[in-house]
Amino acid sequence: MQALRKAAPPLIALFVIIAFWEWLVWFKGWPNYKMASPSDLWPAYQRYGHLFLTMGWDTLWRTVVGLLLAVVFGTFLGMIMGFSRIMREALYPILVGFNAIPKASVVPVIALIFVGQHDFNTILIAFMISFFPIAVSVSIGLSTLEPEYRDILRALGASRFTIFRKIALPKTLPEFFGALKVAVTLAFIGTNLMEIVEPHGRGLGALFDSGKINADYPLMFAVLLALAFLGIVLFYVVVVLEKIFAGWADRGQ
Amino acid sequence: MTDLVEIKGVSHAYRTPSGALPVLRDLNIAIPEGKFCAVVGPSGCGKSTLTRLIAGLMKPDQGEVWLHGERVKSPRKTVGMAFQNPVMLEWRTILENVMLPLEIVAPSMPKAQREERAMKLLALVGLAGFEAKRPSQLSGGMRQRASLCRAIVHKPEVLIMDEPFGALDAFTREDLWQLMHKLRAEEPFTALLITHDLRESVYLADEIIVLSDRPAHVQYRMQVEYPLSMRPISMLYEAESIERLAILRDQIEIAQGRNGGAH
Repeated sequence: MQALRKAAPPLIALFVIIAFWEWLVWFKGWPNYKMASPSDLWPAYQRYGHLFLTMGWDTLWRTVVGLLLAVVFGTFLGMIMGFSRIMREALYPILVGFNAIPKASVVPVIALIFVGQHDFNTILIAFMISFFPIAVSVSIGLSTLEPEYRDILRALGASRFTIFRKIALPKTLPEFFGALKVAVTLAFIGTNLMEIVEPHGRGLGALFDSGKINADYPLMFAVLLALAFLGIVLFYVVVVLEKIFAGWADRGQ
Repeated sequence: MTDLVEIKGVSHAYRTPSGALPVLRDLNIAIPEGKFCAVVGPSGCGKSTLTRLIAGLMKPDQGEVWLHGERVKSPRKTVGMAFQNPVMLEWRTILENVMLPLEIVAPSMPKAQREERAMKLLALVGLAGFEAKRPSQLSGGMRQRASLCRAIVHKPEVLIMDEPFGALDAFTREDLWQLMHKLRAEEPFTALLITHDLRESVYLADEIIVLSDRPAHVQYRMQVEYPLSMRPISMLYEAESIERLAILRDQIEIAQGRNGGAH
C-alpha cells in the first residue's frame, strides 16, 4: 500500500503526459516526420530492440565512467580549493571560464586530438561537462566548515587528514550528493554530444544519428525517450547512494 | 597547590588590513589544579583568543602559556573544549559523538571500553537512553550536555569552555550550572570558563577574573570561597552573592570605560 502510494503519482503523471502527447499529434494531424506520437515509438523499439540494448549499454557505461572520473577529479579539485584560499582565488576564474565554453565546440577538438579513440574521447567529454558542479560544491562545503568543528579535533592534536576524514568529509556529503545529481544528467549530455556530433557508430547518439540520416523520425524520438529513461535510472541510483551515505541529513521523519 | 594553567605576560595582536589590532596586553593568569576559573569582560575583549591560546591552537606574540609544567607550543591531548555551539556531528549518534575524542587520543582503547566510558558520562548528565539518538532529535540543552560529555570523555587536565550556556534558556542554563558542579565532583578537572553572565561566574567559579577592554589585561580578581557542596542555586540570592554581583557589575562598567558606582 505504501509502495503503491509512492509509485502512483509519478506513474499517473507519466500516463497523463503520454496521453496528451498522443492526443495532440492526432488532433493537429501532424505527420510523424514533424512530431512522432507515442504509438509510433513502440514499433521502433520492437524493430530495433537489440540495437537499443547494445547502444544503450555503450552510452551508459561511458557515461558512468566519465561520471566516476568527474567525482574523483571534482572532489580532488574541490578539496584543494576548499582548504586553500589562495588556490581557490587562483582557480575559480579559470574553472568558471572553462565551464562557460560550450562543450559542443570542444567535441571536434577532442575528436581530432584523440582521433580513433572513441571510448576515450566520449568519456572525456562526459567528464569535462560534469566535474564542475562537484568541484564547486565540495569546495564550498569545505570552506564553509565552522571553525569550531575543526577546533574540537585540532585541540586534541589531530592531523589535517584525520580532521578531513572524520569531520570535513562527512559534513560535505549532502552537498556532494546534491551536486552529483546535477552531474549525472550533465554526463549524459556530454556522452551524447560526442556520439551525435562526431558519430562513430556506437551509443544511443549514433542510433539517433542513423535515425536522422534515414529520416526515421519515430526512431529519433524513441532514442530521446531511452536517454531520458537512462538518466532517470542513474539519478535514482544516486538517490539511493545518498540515502545510504548521507541519510542523516534528511530530517523529514 | 601547583598551578595547572599559567599564562605569563601574554600579549597578542591580530593583523588586520587597517594595521595591528592588539587584543591581549601583558596578561597574567594562573589556575591552580582542580580550580574553576571564570573570565568575564566586555564584548570583543579577547576572551576567545585566550581559549585558543591555552588550547595551543594559536601562539601568542609575546609571553608564555604553560600547562602542567610544560610550555604550550602546539595542541595537546590533555585539553577538552566546549563552545556555545554544541558542535554535534549530525551523522553520528550521541554516543558516537561523545566517543570522538577517544578515537584521537586513545586509538588503541578497545571499542567496548570507549563505549563504556561514554555511556557512563551520558548517564551522569541524565542522557541515559539517548545514546542511539541523532543530535537533531535532541533539544538544545541536551545537545549541550552531550557536548560537555565529549569535552571531558578523555579525562582532560583542563576543560576550556567558551560561553557554553550562552544560547540556552534561563532554566536550562541553571540546570546545566548544577550539572557542572556534579561533573566536577565526579570527574575532577581544572576549568576555565569564558562567560558574559555574572551570576553564572559567581555560581560556578572559585576565582573570577574581570578583563579590561581591548587590549585586555586582568583588571580585577575575585575569590569565591564556597565549598562545592554548599552551592545550591539559592546561594545566588543570598546577601553575599548579591554583594559580589554588584562589585563585578561595577568592574565591568569600569572595563567598558564607563564610570563605576560607589562600591
